[in-house]
Amino acid sequence: MASMRDIKRRKDTIQSTGQITKAMKLVSTVKLQKAKGRAESTRPYSDLMYETVQSILAKSGHISHKYLSAAASQKKAVIVITSNRGLAGGYNTNITKLITDGGFDSDETVIYAVGKKGRELLERKGYEIKADYSEAVNEPIYTDAKEICEEVLSAFTQGEVGEIYLAYTAFKNTVVHEPKSVKLLPVSADEIQPVTDGSEALMTYEPSEEEALNMIIPKYLSSLIYGAMIESVASENGARMQAMDSATSNAEDMISSLSLKYNRARQAAITQELTEIISGANAIE
Amino acid sequence: MADKFMLIVNTPDREFYRGEVSMLELTTSEGDIGIYAGHIPLTAVLVPGVMTIHEDGAEKKAAVHGGIIEILQTKVNVLAEVAEWPDEIDVNRANEARIRAERRLKSGDAHVNMVRAELALKRSLARLNAVD
Repeated sequence: MASMRDIKRRKDTIQSTGQITKAMKLVSTVKLQKAKGRAESTRPYSDLMYETVQSILAKSGHISHKYLSAAASQKKAVIVITSNRGLAGGYNTNITKLITDGGFDSDETVIYAVGKKGRELLERKGYEIKADYSEAVNEPIYTDAKEICEEVLSAFTQGEVGEIYLAYTAFKNTVVHEPKSVKLLPVSADEIQPVTDGSEALMTYEPSEEEALNMIIPKYLSSLIYGAMIESVASENGARMQAMDSATSNAEDMISSLSLKYNRARQAAITQELTEIISGANAIE
Repeated sequence: MADKFMLIVNTPDREFYRGEVSMLELTTSEGDIGIYAGHIPLTAVLVPGVMTIHEDGAEKKAAVHGGIIEILQTKVNVLAEVAEWPDEIDVNRANEARIRAERRLKSGDAHVNMVRAELALKRSLARLNAVD
């Protein structure tokens, strides 16, 4: 049986770890609230942007356009949004699993990493990391999304990559986060549901549809990337909050079982001492 | 001018404006346009410029930097990448940015990204014009 001192030391260690996880939980709760607010205020913009682009494509979806047709290259570009810090449960591994198990071969995929953890995990698996925007995850701003978008779009137009994907964690609510990969480019015309609102038929475009697409698609992608970053940050903090919550309650369980052991060991020591004293006294008589 | 229409201006970070307005002026890639109620459905691309919102008699100005506008039969959606009210604009900073951009454009240096400098100039001008 472990000695009293060993048990005490163990208990103290767990107690201080528990304090850290508890503090981290509180911090990520606050961050989650903030990120959630941001995610909610971004949504109207991305939703409207999505609708607008869909209605343009519904009307002109079958015109040939450089962003609508697949490029010759077999390579796929994936923008992978993860976190810079760990201790968030399965948050980062879920995203990387999406890539490694999702039909993205390591020699036919280039990674645009947003988030250090994802970059490290994928680098180890042998994926080519084309660019790293990990700074952006700490506090995503729209300019970051625009920059990433310009980068991948130029790779696409130059034929370096044939398809662009975005892997991120969608934020459903505080406890449900869903790792997702969406195809950004080429926008496939078959998936578009024609909107039958009536007003679309009258819609005119200034400049022409094709030129408008040229200008709108980059904005559309930026807004998707921005929305994905914001949602991922919210999910990250949600995941960390859950992970830290269960770590804290595990620590509490361990502490209570160790307290029990410690008290037993103490009682055993006392009993033993008493027995020794009594038997010593008996020997003298 | 009794006719009004619903205007919703969204940016990636917030809902910038929502309300009934009588007229809206802004700058698209094809030039300045003014919109009254009953405008034909139109989708246009915005360039940096001043957006003027006419409510009942009152006039509100804002700087808008790029985006798209979608005019539907009953409402108008503006999706701006950045939109700022005059009191959110730092005049000194905008002025500095204008001077810097003008210098860069004049320098004729091959290393200068002309498109970028021009955009920076347009943005600073939009800010300054919104404030006056």
